[in-house]
Amino acid sequence: MGTMIKVGMADLNVCLPPDSITTLGLGSCVGIVLYDPAKKVSGMAHVMLPDSSRIRNHENVAKFADTGIQELYNRVIKLGANRSALIAKIAGGAQMFAFNSNNEMLKVGIRNVEAVKSKLASLHIPVVAEDTGLNYGRTIEFYPENGSLLVKSVGKPVKTL
Amino acid sequence: MAEVKLDEMNHMQFDVLREIGNIGAGNATTALSQMLSAKIDMKVPKIDLLEFKELGELIGGAENIVVGILLTLQDDIDGMMMFLVEKKAAKSMVKLLMGGFSTGEDEDFSEMELSAMQEIGNIIAGAYLSSLSALTNMKITSSVPYMAIDMAGAILSVPAIEFGKISDKALLIETEFGDVGEEVNGYFILIPTLESYGQILTSLGL
Repeated sequence: MGTMIKVGMADLNVCLPPDSITTLGLGSCVGIVLYDPAKKVSGMAHVMLPDSSRIRNHENVAKFADTGIQELYNRVIKLGANRSALIAKIAGGAQMFAFNSNNEMLKVGIRNVEAVKSKLASLHIPVVAEDTGLNYGRTIEFYPENGSLLVKSVGKPVKTL
Repeated sequence: MAEVKLDEMNHMQFDVLREIGNIGAGNATTALSQMLSAKIDMKVPKIDLLEFKELGELIGGAENIVVGILLTLQDDIDGMMMFLVEKKAAKSMVKLLMGGFSTGEDEDFSEMELSAMQEIGNIIAGAYLSSLSALTNMKITSSVPYMAIDMAGAILSVPAIEFGKISDKALLIETEFGDVGEEVNGYFILIPTLESYGQILTSLGL
């Protein structure tokens, strides 16, 4: 058994077998796993906001979908992943509170998921599995050894993506 | 207007914010105590400037199941007010409110318990905000309370995202409260926008 690497909010890291990588309590944030199944090189990011260009303070690249995924991509490539072999699995982007409004600030979960997908598309990385949206939190664990992504939520059975 | 930079707050500003937490949570605790007919104490408020990585660990870890009640604030103060209670404590609170009568021994909340919990949130948030409003002479309007029962990390991501737009850290006015037997405990968290922090400080003569 390897160790489990923990990725915090607005954080990212890379992972090789036998280790695994996790992020806890994804709400409206999105967790992204990039994975090269042949080389078993993986990485995970926990992004909070869709777009760095609209925000003044963007020192922490892992905070945003656009810059966070780019950084994660660079890191897994550096670790030996093959550009064209990369696949992605994503989870999160929930709307935690049932706001009854068209209040834009509260729809950030949906916008995060859209931003993640468009960034991945621009890098030509296919999203092979996702568990996004709805209204509950998720903890995710990724095992690069076999490529499975476990999604745990309160009061629900564990999903394997 | 007093300009607030999260990384450069001085002691005086911290003290004032702590006092706001003290007065707001003091009133809210009194309201809660009366509502539940139980003696409830609060601890000295903390002003925390946290990195997002640390935020999830605030209430017993990111995966700890909590009841979160959130109100958005408008008018002179923009931002959010959050009231967080561990699930087990929320159960005890509802039980106290309903005079020891619980609609079920199981882990989950019944419709009635959910609605009672929401009402608890409404009343204590109201007490917190009206004292803040009286203190600062600012008009504060709040939304209806929204409630979620989930992992602490997931619930805290909502205010964290708001902070993420302006900073790499979150500034919280946090007050822990509990009864003597530690059955009922939780946190009040006031999360004004950065501009509103400035306005609050200005209104108090800083």
